[in-house]
Amino acid sequence: MEDTEKKPKRKIIPNKTKMPEQPPQERVKNFKEVPLGYSEDQAVEEATRCIQCKNRPCIEGCPVEIDIPDFIALIAERKFVEAIRKMKEKNALPAVCGRVCPQEVQCESKCTLGKKNEPVAIGRLERFIADWERENKMVQVPPLPAPRGKKVAVVGSGPAGLTVAADLAKLGFGVTIFEALHKAGGVLVYGIPEFRLPKAIVQAEVDYVKSLGAELVTNAVIGNLYTIPELLNNGFDAVFIGIGAGGPMFMDIPGENLSGVYSANEFLTRSNLMKAYLFPEYDTPIKRSRNVAVVGGGNVAMDSARTAIRLGADEVYLVYRRSREEMPARAEEAHHAEEEGLIFKFLTNPIRIIGDEKGNVKGMECLRMELGEPDASGRRRPIAVKGSEFTIDIDALIMSLGTNANPLLPASTPGLALNKWGYIVANEETGETNLKGVFAGGDIVTGGATVILAMGAGRKAARAIEKYLS
Amino acid sequence: MFKIVEKKVLGQDIKLFRIEAPAISKKAKPGMFVIVKIGEKGERIPLTINDFDPQKGTVTIVFQEVGKTTMMLGRLNEGDVIEDLVGPLGKPTEIENFGKVVCIGGGVGTAVIYPVTRGLFQAGNQVIGIVGARNKDLLIFEEEMKAFCHRLIITTDDGSKGHHGLVTDVLKQILAEEKIDRVIAIGPTIMMKFVAKTTEPFGVPTIVSLNPIMIDATGMCGVCRVNVGNETKFACVHGPEFDGHKVDFDLLMGRLNQYKEEEKIALTTL
Repeated sequence: MEDTEKKPKRKIIPNKTKMPEQPPQERVKNFKEVPLGYSEDQAVEEATRCIQCKNRPCIEGCPVEIDIPDFIALIAERKFVEAIRKMKEKNALPAVCGRVCPQEVQCESKCTLGKKNEPVAIGRLERFIADWERENKMVQVPPLPAPRGKKVAVVGSGPAGLTVAADLAKLGFGVTIFEALHKAGGVLVYGIPEFRLPKAIVQAEVDYVKSLGAELVTNAVIGNLYTIPELLNNGFDAVFIGIGAGGPMFMDIPGENLSGVYSANEFLTRSNLMKAYLFPEYDTPIKRSRNVAVVGGGNVAMDSARTAIRLGADEVYLVYRRSREEMPARAEEAHHAEEEGLIFKFLTNPIRIIGDEKGNVKGMECLRMELGEPDASGRRRPIAVKGSEFTIDIDALIMSLGTNANPLLPASTPGLALNKWGYIVANEETGETNLKGVFAGGDIVTGGATVILAMGAGRKAARAIEKYLS
Repeated sequence: MFKIVEKKVLGQDIKLFRIEAPAISKKAKPGMFVIVKIGEKGERIPLTINDFDPQKGTVTIVFQEVGKTTMMLGRLNEGDVIEDLVGPLGKPTEIENFGKVVCIGGGVGTAVIYPVTRGLFQAGNQVIGIVGARNKDLLIFEEEMKAFCHRLIITTDDGSKGHHGLVTDVLKQILAEEKIDRVIAIGPTIMMKFVAKTTEPFGVPTIVSLNPIMIDATGMCGVCRVNVGNETKFACVHGPEFDGHKVDFDLLMGRLNQYKEEEKIALTTL
């Protein structure tokens, strides 16, 4: 044919390749992952949608600056090994990020294709290539440089700590990670449920960081077992603090300490870290409640609600004082939760929790709200409607109102500068604190944020620690 | 991994483990606790430290077999290891020379009041000890307590040894006869509640060590929250010791009973 000499004009495919997922009626009965991931062919099909534009805006949208178009081009060419190696140059935890990053406000929001069509499904491709590597047992330790003879203590094994540890180990530093719990992973193991992030995947990512030479010490509560000054006086040349924003917030309304009232942290830690959803095979129990209310509108609230649904509740309500538009949860999470039967009670605010004679929660009194003028957060301020009190019958209540700084470590570190909320003051670009050799990043600096932002802070701190120790 | 270097049976279902844990032993102080977890599928339970020896690098715990975890723990022997041991956690007991103090241990709580008693004795206090148990077979640490008390009174519910009755009977009498500067009570929640009730009319500062359900025990989950003076406190980081006159004991007992049914189910899987 006459046209064969010419390069065919690339055809734009407007929509993302669909990713298969467990149907709602099935998945509410199990804790298995909801989206099932791309097959090789689906991944190649999706990767081919990338137009490989010149200015590569997606990279700017990524807090750890993954070379996105390059790894996608390699997938399109079916060079999966090369694709994952390219990915791991910048991201030690792609199987996690591919699942829990809010790509819609990061890389994918910048995608050139996304201006007129759906953006390239960067997150799904990231997940695919990470899963492909693990499932095909292609995980490889990159060549490591000669040891530099300097040691760094990393406090906390969540996303920030794992990133710092991986980056510094790859640079030849001796790294020891101290984790307070019995399992590494931080929020990835205690907070995010199995159906969003299988724990075997977190374990594989932790194992990868260990394979780079990082040592892991679990059951080590820094502040109690060792203090930061003790670490610096006992062989560590620098310390990175990535302990997350651990403390749960409550509303300070009557009845909050009744039995059956949980913080989201407790509810999720029971279910995820302690595997209470498998009780009595696992020893930690969790109540199989009938009518559950979750207060809050973030991703953690969605995780709590969807966990309660899977534990067999008849009705699960999400009580949020503003409207759907203001809800901080990812649209995808809210959508999944709704498919699973979550009942939204927007513009509703609890004022009192009611208990029975044994001290168990039996109801919650709420007020209806309406939206007024925007407040400091830019969202319209909810105002109570007078006389609108009503009661919801519940036998469990989960408070998912965000977290605050856990004072345990800061209180044992003399002179460490904190802001008025108790978070550590650290340089945004380097993670440096006011103490020599002490760096910090992630939620303990920023307050509750995302996995990828904590990883971004870890990446920057690793660079600064390398500079500090050179 | 933490090796059990010594196991002793102290009484009916009450066992003592001395465990190799050098780092914890160096930081432990009276009143602090550890989290114990056995096996991949185990739960995390708090146990207040009975003793510690930084030279030998060991910490000692004493526990009563009341549920699945403590029963499984009791089956371990010298040389076995405990997978996870976390600590020392919580705030240590405030130890100074208060003057004349009464240290009350109830049941297995006596193992925990013991290092507190020793500390207060060594700080120069006049120490009166009261040790109570349901019966004489459940009495523990009597000799050890004797060594650090100027006076020690034993009580048993069934009268099988010492005063026939409750620790509060003896306490009331002491408070009526002598000026006491501080009372510290560690034992069953109901005992601590009534100790606090007994001392309140006398205006004697009273410290109790609370034992709510815990998971992470570092201030993260909030399951151990208690009402103290109408404020919510986390026993794991703000406690475990609190002003007994301000604690809402009924709320605590309700929260402690939350998983009674599940505890029974767990026992069937032993």
